[in-house]
Amino acid sequence: MLRDFGKWIVYNSIKLAALLFAVCAVSFTLVSLSPIDPVQAYIGADMMRVGPEQRQAITAYWGLDRPPLERFGQWLSAVLRGDFGTSMIYRRPVLEVIGERFAASIWLMGAAWTLSGIIGFAAGVVAAMKRGTWIDRAIRWYCYTLASTPTFWMGLLLLTVFAVWLGLFPVGLGVPAGVLAGEVTAGDRLQHMILPALTLSIVGVANIALHTRQKLVDVLGSDYVLFARARGEQGLTLFLRHGLRNVALPAVTLQFASFSELFGGAVLAEQVFSYPGLGQATVEAGLRGDVPLLLGIVLFSAVFVFAGNLAADAIYRMLDPRMKEGKAV
Amino acid sequence: MSRTAAVSSALEAERGRALNRRKRALLWSAGAAALLAAVWGGGYLFDADSFASRLELRNLPPSWSHPFGTDWLGRDMFARTIKGLGLSIRVGLTAAAVSVVIAAALGLAAATMGRAADRAVTWLIDLFLSVPHLVTLILISFVLGGGAKGVIVGVALTHWPHLTRVIRAEALYLKSAEYVQISRKLGKSRAWVASRHLLPHLAPQLLVGLLLIFPHAVLHEASITFLGLGLSPHEPAIGIILSESMRYLSTGLWWLAVFPGLCLLIVVRAFDVLGDHLKALSDPRSAQE
Repeated sequence: MLRDFGKWIVYNSIKLAALLFAVCAVSFTLVSLSPIDPVQAYIGADMMRVGPEQRQAITAYWGLDRPPLERFGQWLSAVLRGDFGTSMIYRRPVLEVIGERFAASIWLMGAAWTLSGIIGFAAGVVAAMKRGTWIDRAIRWYCYTLASTPTFWMGLLLLTVFAVWLGLFPVGLGVPAGVLAGEVTAGDRLQHMILPALTLSIVGVANIALHTRQKLVDVLGSDYVLFARARGEQGLTLFLRHGLRNVALPAVTLQFASFSELFGGAVLAEQVFSYPGLGQATVEAGLRGDVPLLLGIVLFSAVFVFAGNLAADAIYRMLDPRMKEGKAV
Repeated sequence: MSRTAAVSSALEAERGRALNRRKRALLWSAGAAALLAAVWGGGYLFDADSFASRLELRNLPPSWSHPFGTDWLGRDMFARTIKGLGLSIRVGLTAAAVSVVIAAALGLAAATMGRAADRAVTWLIDLFLSVPHLVTLILISFVLGGGAKGVIVGVALTHWPHLTRVIRAEALYLKSAEYVQISRKLGKSRAWVASRHLLPHLAPQLLVGLLLIFPHAVLHEASITFLGLGLSPHEPAIGIILSESMRYLSTGLWWLAVFPGLCLLIVVRAFDVLGDHLKALSDPRSAQE
């Protein structure tokens, strides 16, 4: 058991390293092929005041006059030492910016993730237990429709209804405007987080609900459930005894494997609500040509998604009795 | 005698219902296709006049002459929405078609060109799925300098992984069939087998794949455009309309966001319905249900 665990750790570490190297290489190649001149992007509006000598100085300072492969090597060794460079728009180390932004995003994503998981699972279970009835049809219709709904449009709707019409929530931003950072309370933060989190969780429900429904329908069609029904079990008891444990595991792993969509959704929701999280930083970096920050976020998001998949795998190993036997690596 | 009659009438009823369900799927598909064609064609029916801004008609709520209201420049939102949807459908179809071609090529290559090719393709799929899709799109848009080119190329080049998996699995399954084995033994090349034996069998899958990729492509295009990295602000794209509407939401112009978004939802859903029904119809296991 312990040896298997060790093997698993080593295997996944190698996998992560290979993956990150590939992501580094591909995104660096892409960025260096970009027609956007980084010096031009950096200078921006000061174009008229920067002479050709200064330009050359900047180019040399950033090492842009070197061949791409050498630059890649330098960048990679810097990244390995934990130095992702300096963000051009925030004028601070990239890792610091990512850390700060992610700390804001993680609350948003965490809340949405938990909420959508619970609601989605419950909806899926209800739909499967009431299969063929109007509840089932309503839940399925809702899920399919949500799968076609643009996340940002859902955000705009919630914004219109709850913030503009009802005035229950602030229209945007992570903290109240015009208040000093030290005076912002946890309540303020929470209030600013509710709408974006709600947006994300409403859209995130569909996948998990449909998946859970299908799994539970399969379980309910099995022989042991038929036998249980013959013994007179029904309704909630039947579900708790024979259904729950069978469908909970796939649902949990699916939810962990959905980190990629969660991140994408957060980008959109943060943009709608001007929430100062990592998603908004991604958009800013893309729009304003902040290459170091963009590359840093690409790498960070790859690690984030990998962590989700790894957690899904680990939970499967720990909880599924068939995997516990230690037969599969 | 009466018993056979009863049995045959039961069969008849059974068949009647089967036919009905099949017909219903066909009707749904036809309806969805007609709606999409209408939206696409409709965009061309408006003359330049419909998009002109008429300042005396600013900020009108929905009415009979302006079903979706007008914006802060007095432009008719209905005309802009339909035009934008046509644009979305064009971008979506282009992107989906490119993705399907990539998926077919990579899937077939993985299944027929030996172990190394299979490893490479599987690894490429994993690589593409390892970064959040939207982040990949932002990166590609940035690399291509933003604008229409960036978003179309980005959306076209990133939607193939899931379909490639399906095609690869299906092609591997087909490859084990006896006639394929015999064909190989008779000395036909791998490319010949792939194009003559495998591809025809995969055609329905590819068509369904096209329709099911489309919704994702359209939503991603709209998202990227909404974020400001996509189509130019001068085009009435849905993403542009919605991102512009954000500035006016707090002043109560709710119709600027509600109707265009709703229409996008309906178009995407229509393609979804089309894809699902065609999938059910083209699969022999479910076509008779």
